[in-house]
Amino acid sequence: MQFTDTQIKDLEAKAKQIRRLIIQMLAKAGSGHPGGSLSATDLITALYFAILRHDPKKPDWSQRDRFHMSKGHCCPLWYAVLAESGYFPIENLWSLRQLGSLLQGHADRRAIGVDVGSGSLGQGLSVALGMSLAARMDKKDYRVYVLLGDGEIQEGNIWEAAMAVSHYKCDNLCAILDYNGFQIDGKTKDIMNLEPLIAKWQAFGWHTIEIDGHNMKQILSAYEQAITIKGKSSIIIAHTIKGKGVSFMENVLDFHGRAPTKEEAERALKELE
Amino acid sequence: MAEMLYQRDIYGKTLVELGKSNKDIVVLDADLSSSTRTGLFAKEFPERFFNFGVAEQNMMATAAGLASCGKTVFASTFAMFATGRAWDQVRNTVCYNNFNVKIVASHAGITVGPDGSSHQALEDIALMRVIPTMKIIVPCDGPQTRDAIMTAASTLGPFYIRLGRPKIPTIDNKGEFKLGKAQVLTKGNDVAIIACGIMVSAALEASENLLKQGIRATVINIHTIRPLDAQAILEVAGLTKGMIVCEEHTVIGGLASSIDEIVAQNCPTQVMRLGIKNRFGQSGEPADLLKEYNLTSQDIEKAALTIVSSRK
Repeated sequence: MQFTDTQIKDLEAKAKQIRRLIIQMLAKAGSGHPGGSLSATDLITALYFAILRHDPKKPDWSQRDRFHMSKGHCCPLWYAVLAESGYFPIENLWSLRQLGSLLQGHADRRAIGVDVGSGSLGQGLSVALGMSLAARMDKKDYRVYVLLGDGEIQEGNIWEAAMAVSHYKCDNLCAILDYNGFQIDGKTKDIMNLEPLIAKWQAFGWHTIEIDGHNMKQILSAYEQAITIKGKSSIIIAHTIKGKGVSFMENVLDFHGRAPTKEEAERALKELE
Repeated sequence: MAEMLYQRDIYGKTLVELGKSNKDIVVLDADLSSSTRTGLFAKEFPERFFNFGVAEQNMMATAAGLASCGKTVFASTFAMFATGRAWDQVRNTVCYNNFNVKIVASHAGITVGPDGSSHQALEDIALMRVIPTMKIIVPCDGPQTRDAIMTAASTLGPFYIRLGRPKIPTIDNKGEFKLGKAQVLTKGNDVAIIACGIMVSAALEASENLLKQGIRATVINIHTIRPLDAQAILEVAGLTKGMIVCEEHTVIGGLASSIDEIVAQNCPTQVMRLGIKNRFGQSGEPADLLKEYNLTSQDIEKAALTIVSSRK
């Protein structure tokens, strides 16, 4: 499918709106993880608004494509995309991280549209594998998408799953790696180097697609390419910028896990107008 | 002479039986399908069996993914790896999401035998018991293993079912199996012997010997550790001079602790704990190990005599 320039522009505008919601939610909550939410915003916006087969009015539709966010701390992004899609009212976003809220501090099934909660890192690729095998057994044609963080793939469970996904030739599964190069303690290359990353995934039997994770055209064509690959799973390795879209947050380690202050949020929202 | 059965054999056969009637039953293993007997299901339903190799963490999180799509998942390996190696996956991804994943672990306890400590899970019940949504069954023999599996398959949510390695005797006249309902096997007001798993047959043997000495024991098979039948426990706590809790598990955090918690709060009485006392396991034949770790019927008898003589 060819996307028109207008469609691309609309998705870019949508991504900006999602970023605004992320900033507002986090500022209201007073804590949370902006950096990795903003770095993956373009990837997940494109997925939900142009690729995923889903119906917000029927969150339990058995034929829906599955999405799982393995890096559960970036749930502000997921919640914003779900609300913007119509799974629940936008106003719900302002209860993020509050006592009794449906929107817990890490991705949680209490939020409509979240099938499996996450938060303890490294388990989501396995969850996606389970969803993929279920589709196979039920002879359903839905696809499974899973978002991984780059620091997260230091977990051993990821590589157990990478081996198994490849072993079971899950070509209905597409992983997305948000390669922003940062983790809590610093740059991934200094804390625990991930390179050579493409070679690792290829050695595990995966089809790799390397893109600029903020280029909407590249993102869409990566998803489309993944659909055409048969007999193996695809991973989109997306080079991204932590904190993307807000100048004073970009590549600033502090914003991995710190919410913007009220004043910072105002400045950020101005930039995102 | 009681019939001797492998709980694992019954497990494998029951899975096949379930697989025939329910197409949503899926079985997973981590390279131990011949030992856990999930291989029986694999042979019958290869398209619904997945081996993950030596990777228990992946197996448990994958089980959650399958369950999220409507499957009833049985995931098996040795108790050590199911509960220890994959605890985070079981806690956060299976149990927190309250998924229909049934962890059926074999080779629990000291009777694993010659393989020694690394393969003798003595703390698995404790590890599973602290997770809010987890239900735990420790069947006492072969036939009860089938009851446990069938019950888990038809009851929503995560289960941990603990099976042993060796053949064990079948216990007659247990009555109906009901989740969370203790089975009173003998009645007596002198002492209560509360046991699970292989310790139930030792408890019955002890009670027979005690009867010859004029001591009447209530023997309870507490197959469901969670939810625990508190009512049954409190009833005997009030009636008898003291209780002996027997488990092939550390006395810290397992059945004995469960009973202590209930009794201490509601009906304080003496509780003697027969289990592994803050030690690791070691190599040896099962019968020798049971002696070494004071888990024989003679040990139960001795404890009963202590209680009765101190409360005359």
